[in-house]
Amino acid sequence: MQLVRNNFGKVITTIIMGMFSLVFLVPLVWMLSAAFKFEKDVMRFPIQWIPESINVVYNFKAVWMGRVPFYLFYGNSIKVAVITTLITIVISSMAAYSLTKLKFRGRNIVFLALLSFMIIPDQATLIPRFIVIRWLGLYDTHIALILMSMFSIYFTFLLRQFMMSISDDYLEAARIDGASQGRIFLSIMIPLCKPVLATVAIIKFIWTWNDYQNPLIFLMDKLNYTIPLGMTFFRDDYSNNYAIMMMAALSGIIPLVILFIVLQKQVIDGIALGGVKG
Amino acid sequence: MEATKQTLIEREQRKRFWTPARKEAILGWLFLLPEIIGMLIFNVFALGFSLYLSFSSWDLLSGMSGIKFTGLDNYIRMFQNDPTIIVALKNNFIYTILTVPIPIAISLVLAVIIHKKVYFKDYFKVTFFIPYISSIIAIAAVWSALFHPSLGPINQFLMNIGIENPPRWLVDPNMSLASVAIISSWAGLGYTIIIFLAGLTNISEELYEAAEIDGANGLQKFFRITIPMLRPTIFFLLITMLIGSFKVFDIISFLTEGGPHNSSTVLVYRIYEEGFVNYNMGYASSISWLLFAIIGILTALTWKLNKDE
Repeated sequence: MQLVRNNFGKVITTIIMGMFSLVFLVPLVWMLSAAFKFEKDVMRFPIQWIPESINVVYNFKAVWMGRVPFYLFYGNSIKVAVITTLITIVISSMAAYSLTKLKFRGRNIVFLALLSFMIIPDQATLIPRFIVIRWLGLYDTHIALILMSMFSIYFTFLLRQFMMSISDDYLEAARIDGASQGRIFLSIMIPLCKPVLATVAIIKFIWTWNDYQNPLIFLMDKLNYTIPLGMTFFRDDYSNNYAIMMMAALSGIIPLVILFIVLQKQVIDGIALGGVKG
Repeated sequence: MEATKQTLIEREQRKRFWTPARKEAILGWLFLLPEIIGMLIFNVFALGFSLYLSFSSWDLLSGMSGIKFTGLDNYIRMFQNDPTIIVALKNNFIYTILTVPIPIAISLVLAVIIHKKVYFKDYFKVTFFIPYISSIIAIAAVWSALFHPSLGPINQFLMNIGIENPPRWLVDPNMSLASVAIISSWAGLGYTIIIFLAGLTNISEELYEAAEIDGANGLQKFFRITIPMLRPTIFFLLITMLIGSFKVFDIISFLTEGGPHNSSTVLVYRIYEEGFVNYNMGYASSISWLLFAIIGILTALTWKLNKDE
């Protein structure tokens, strides 16, 4: 009897929470439906959740083949996010390996320095970083964006945490067999770290993809814009055309939502990883 | 016989430069090199240079020779002649109060429900998390339409249920900051839920069973077991969200540009305005150091509080 009552309660809670989750998603559902509508229907009340007349082709063309076509932003975002992610993985995994498995004088000092630099907010060093980028002649290039986000002490620490949990015995065995340190890193450590590397890579990719502040400061030419910065173009030039703006927002959000739904376990684990280790 | 052989080998090794230990040390530094270079340029040098600039006046367009040392002028201006800094500080504090404790409380309750009291746990995790992985800028664009003062669905709904003068949200000086806080709390809720769920899975089931035998009800279990056991998680969220809320910039820059009438301006937005709109690199650096000092103090304070208890 107790069991039946518990299950019944669970069903009711699920239904209530299900309804709440739908309300929670209303802004995104509204965006989706507005992206399909004629502009004159977007702000009509009561809201037509399923549009009576559909104008999605026009909206899509305006966003993707307009004056500054969205596919350019896509290309830029993919380029910057993929390259940044790959370089971050290389830099951070090498640093993490050195901090955990190689023994040498000064290692702890480097570790403590990195740890203390973690509290420096990016925004506090924005001005000098901008000046450095200008000195290097890299203003308004994607290299500037990559340089800004490829060094990540945070990811180094996440990887360090994981590598510490890998027993030295594995590495010792290889060393006795005569493998060099570089070889041990590449053919033993990296394969052992694959799951955590995948997780870290996805999180880094999402963060870089969504970055707004760096593109805003380091880019000028619209042709170089990444997706979040490209949204400003629709805010300014289509401020009275919400159907097109919602199509742009949808186009910006959809790849990450798909990526997330496919790789939800890695993404959620990756976020929780940072949280639990703190 | 054996011993002399050993010392001979040792001497031999010492003579050679490439001892295994030395090799390992060099490799260790090589592996750290990229990270160290990045750290030196973008942390050590950047911090030093911005400290120097914070005592100078420099219009970026005048070139390096245009840097003039002005002593404490920038800091005096900041606290005596620039009311927007006080407004920005006040707004930062209000924004923190709106976006830290309330979302933490709501997501704690939601996480507890999702953890044990519903079917389709994964569905709920994914649903609440979608806004968090979406670009905050795209999210902001959606909300700017929803919040439209006369035509937006939110105000049309409010007028429909009889509220005659609904708030004008983002364009209302009294509501702009709160509107931004609503949007970012909504977008961030999934993150706090996921962190709480991770914390909840670490609480042993036996604690709850023991409490049930003693006749504890749901609320008692929540306040006597769940909350105390989640203390490290709550502390972690508090400190990261506190610091994060002081760094808020993206959504304010995209939606309100600090307005109307500076009603939603914050420190980072002032840094951006001074540095990248007015090209006052010196003054912008002073505000950067104010931000850095506040974040440093907040971090130290929260750590101390956590240790003392």
